[in-house]
Amino acid sequence: MSVVLADLAYWQETTIRLVVGLIAVLLPAGTLVYLFLFKMMSFMQSRLGPMEAGPYGSLQLLAEVGKFLQKEDIVPQAADRLIFKLAPFVVLISTFLLILVIPAGPDLWFIDVDTGIFLGLAVSSISVIGILMAGWASSSKYSLLGALRATGQLIAYELPMVLAVVGVIIQAGTLNVQEIVMAQATGEIFGFGGIGNPYVITQFVGFLIFLIAVQAELTQPPFDMPVAESELVTGYLTEYSGLRFLMFFIGEFATAAIFSALAATLFLGGWYVPGLEATDNLFNVIGPIILLGKMLLVAFFIFWFRFTYPRFREDQLQQLAWKVLIPLSLVNIVITGVLKVVF
Amino acid sequence: MRKIKLPGLIKGLGVTFKTLVRTLTKGSHTVQYPHVKESPPPRARGVIALHEENCTACMLCARECPDWCIYIEGHKYKAPPRRPGGKPRKKNALDRFDIDFSLCMFCGICVDVCPFEALFWTPEYEYSELKIADLLHDKTLLSQWMETVPDFEDYEAGSEAKKLTVPQ
Repeated sequence: MSVVLADLAYWQETTIRLVVGLIAVLLPAGTLVYLFLFKMMSFMQSRLGPMEAGPYGSLQLLAEVGKFLQKEDIVPQAADRLIFKLAPFVVLISTFLLILVIPAGPDLWFIDVDTGIFLGLAVSSISVIGILMAGWASSSKYSLLGALRATGQLIAYELPMVLAVVGVIIQAGTLNVQEIVMAQATGEIFGFGGIGNPYVITQFVGFLIFLIAVQAELTQPPFDMPVAESELVTGYLTEYSGLRFLMFFIGEFATAAIFSALAATLFLGGWYVPGLEATDNLFNVIGPIILLGKMLLVAFFIFWFRFTYPRFREDQLQQLAWKVLIPLSLVNIVITGVLKVVF
Repeated sequence: MRKIKLPGLIKGLGVTFKTLVRTLTKGSHTVQYPHVKESPPPRARGVIALHEENCTACMLCARECPDWCIYIEGHKYKAPPRRPGGKPRKKNALDRFDIDFSLCMFCGICVDVCPFEALFWTPEYEYSELKIADLLHDKTLLSQWMETVPDFEDYEAGSEAKKLTVPQ
């Protein structure tokens, strides 16, 4: 994008970035909701899902958005109004900032900084603040408990996620996301360079840890203790309705899409497919489509786990993070570091 | 420390994936209702039909009904004697027989308790109404349901009991 935007005025550039950013967040989120939440979940339960709105229910999503927009935007009487109203924006902002670091082609990116992946993982943590704001400001016990659970969970699973990424960073030797993709495109696995070196092969343990941690970061089943509807109504979402609930909903699935894209970028080679030069200009056109395809592949697994497993208990959840995933990812880092030095 | 239940986790993924593939290739277990009608089994409890000629207004069904949703009114009248010179016979006539399906819980006690085979289950299920008062079915409507009563199925082989027939 930097090449395309070189000659434009600042306001034009900003407008284009905003529009592309909106599309880049909302389109994958909508695709995930329709393809996986509506359709795949239904098929896995031997039903068809929405079929009435548009062909095969493809316009159901618009109908849902219309429904949410009509609803009254209720703020509880005892709530901290300003914080209550701001919370969904904070969650959504974290999602929109996260898309910045993911490149979609050799010249297609929002920002190209040397600490890209660090920035991405840092802004992804902002959503914790939004969730805590939502839970506290709602002045509801359910919301507060849900928000506290969410905070504990997000902090616990942030660590294995970051540590799993560290393995990739060691192997690629850079924090720059674009260069990580390039390293995968031009890399070799023990001298064989036919398919590049997608890190899912050499960093398989890291990939698994990353997937599990992402699942927990998204507070999706089996890690959906914060919104456990049988005990906490819907956790920190309890008091929200209408547009603000919709924003949390979009935030959840947009984050699912972006984390899938991040996993695809870090472990599956991003916008690159074997067979073409990594610097080929063609990738500026087909790169986003390839990235979308790989994102859908990762998201398929995330949602597959979501629709299969029942919910964890809170202590099991923390145990898995602190006693299994973090030691495992530390071992993974040590082994990766040793092999990096040896080879 | 419990052992990690990995095989079970993978088996679970297999179950959902198999269902996904089966739904995509062979279709779902559900039916797109307003477009495709579900066909309930013949003994399904959809709605209760009344065979008016058999009813003697004995009130057994109304008294046994746990919801008190059956309303019966009748009167006695003198029928002409069977033989000339005989006493005129006392007969029960049915004036009103209503079942309020907004109260009914489909327990079927009225059907079981009826000594004269006047009440029957039919698998018909499409009788929802916009107004709740319209769910009170009177005896003409209840008699119309008789057309939809399926024949009784055969008993198990070796059964001595006589198979009942549905009066039409």
